[in-house]
Amino acid sequence: MNEEFANQDDNLLTVEQAIANLQSEDLGLRMYAAWWLGRFRVDDPTAIDILIAALNDEDDRTEIGGYPLRRNAARALGKLGDRRAVPALIEALACSDFYVREAAAQALEMLGDLSGVPTLLGLLQNQIPGTLPAPEPPYLVQPFDAILEALGGLGATETLSQVRPFLDHEVPRIQYAAARAMYQLTASPHEASQYGDRLIQALSGNELQLRRTALADLGAIGYLAAAKPIAETLAENSLKLISLKGLLEKQLELSPLPNLSAGAIEVMALMDQLL
Amino acid sequence: MSITSETSEEVNRLIQAVEDADSASLLAKAVENLAAVNHVASIPTLIATLNYNNPGAAVAAVDGLIKIGEPAVEQILTQLDGYNYTARAWSIRALAGIGDPRGLVTLLGAATADFALSVRRAAAKGLGSMKWHWFPADLLEIAQEEALESLIFVVQEDDEWIVRYAAIAGLETLASAITNYPAWYDQIQAQFVEVANQDSSWAVRARAVQAQKLANSAVVPSLETPPNIDWQSILDNLYARKGEERFHLAEGDPRKYRGLACSIDSKPNQI
Repeated sequence: MNEEFANQDDNLLTVEQAIANLQSEDLGLRMYAAWWLGRFRVDDPTAIDILIAALNDEDDRTEIGGYPLRRNAARALGKLGDRRAVPALIEALACSDFYVREAAAQALEMLGDLSGVPTLLGLLQNQIPGTLPAPEPPYLVQPFDAILEALGGLGATETLSQVRPFLDHEVPRIQYAAARAMYQLTASPHEASQYGDRLIQALSGNELQLRRTALADLGAIGYLAAAKPIAETLAENSLKLISLKGLLEKQLELSPLPNLSAGAIEVMALMDQLL
Repeated sequence: MSITSETSEEVNRLIQAVEDADSASLLAKAVENLAAVNHVASIPTLIATLNYNNPGAAVAAVDGLIKIGEPAVEQILTQLDGYNYTARAWSIRALAGIGDPRGLVTLLGAATADFALSVRRAAAKGLGSMKWHWFPADLLEIAQEEALESLIFVVQEDDEWIVRYAAIAGLETLASAITNYPAWYDQIQAQFVEVANQDSSWAVRARAVQAQKLANSAVVPSLETPPNIDWQSILDNLYARKGEERFHLAEGDPRKYRGLACSIDSKPNQI
């Protein structure tokens, strides 16, 4: 539905124009084209090739050495679903730009390709040469949350013991990312529930931004026991609805339509109240 | 309707507490206390709270306005903020929750054409649950037909999964109110089947499957008596709307607003 409207109504760019813009002299046009191709899911092979090449771009640099075009290209490649991008994204995990590494970790998770796991693990343990010091360090040396989320989302169960220590990281957001990954990597539902319960606790924290993060994490793992706490969290209804949608989709995976599990019905009843 | 007989001094004190609140949590608490007395004198303060960008306070204020109900409708309608979409979304939620016929035309416009998805979402849900039993017979048919057409338009055309989801919830409630019109009822059921099989979002499909079951149970209308309402002006607005639709359908087309909606898409402070 989205794509149809995009091609029909967004008269700002055409696919051909966006591909041409990716190679334009104008760095702003390149940036926008890379975002646009990802936003409207243009999985044209030529577009993929140029985006992969953009992961090695040297023209677009920030004052302190960041690579804005590479960041947008990595984000777009994650959305476009073409695994040809995997080797280049794994290389991008070693980029000196923190945000390129973050975008590459997220993209590898979205592509569902396990071949990046060893490098992700190396990055988690700060063992990738050239990534320290980052030119634009935001506070953390590595995008730990994106890396943890990728390892969990990819189901890289062999990394469980390296993920666990991050449950005690000093930054709450990283603790949550670790709990989310531990939940996904733990085979026994009974044991996994303790990590889901940690995220439920986070819903009643004092900081709105952290409550929002926990909502997103619970939505990503689809932890059914969180349904009511999510509905009662002090946060925007839009974010609670997106989180509950994650729970609902998980239920639909376990019991496909036209069946509706008791869990699915419960989640929808809570969603109705938030509309 | 049970408006309490709290003294106006008590209400003034609670209003003052809202005005004096100097932190987000104090404000939310003060609004909650004010909403709890369920008093018409609190209406302007509750409405003003919707502008403060404090979700906790806004939830409490909307709940309070819905409880007060019909006496709050005129003031909400006159103060609908055309610029602050967050406040407008909360006002629409209050109107949707009250279900007063005077809010109908506003909800129809909001569900089909507002650029903020949280406004379209709240309006779509509300269109299904109007206090239909308040409408005089001659107005009921055109009002329900407009609600039906708008909701089906939203289900078929809106880009956002949550707005289509809300429209399914709205249609489900509407279906149980229009059992006198088998053709409309069949149209709604057919829409549910189509969405259950074809929507791009699994969550929306699931809601349509659920609606197919629930829409079969009819609601019992409450015996509450309608307030004094200027039905002629509602009827005029509805006819004006119908005329407009015929000649300028594009005006009500949410796709017209998609560029703008895109640009606010990533803002986290939607309701």
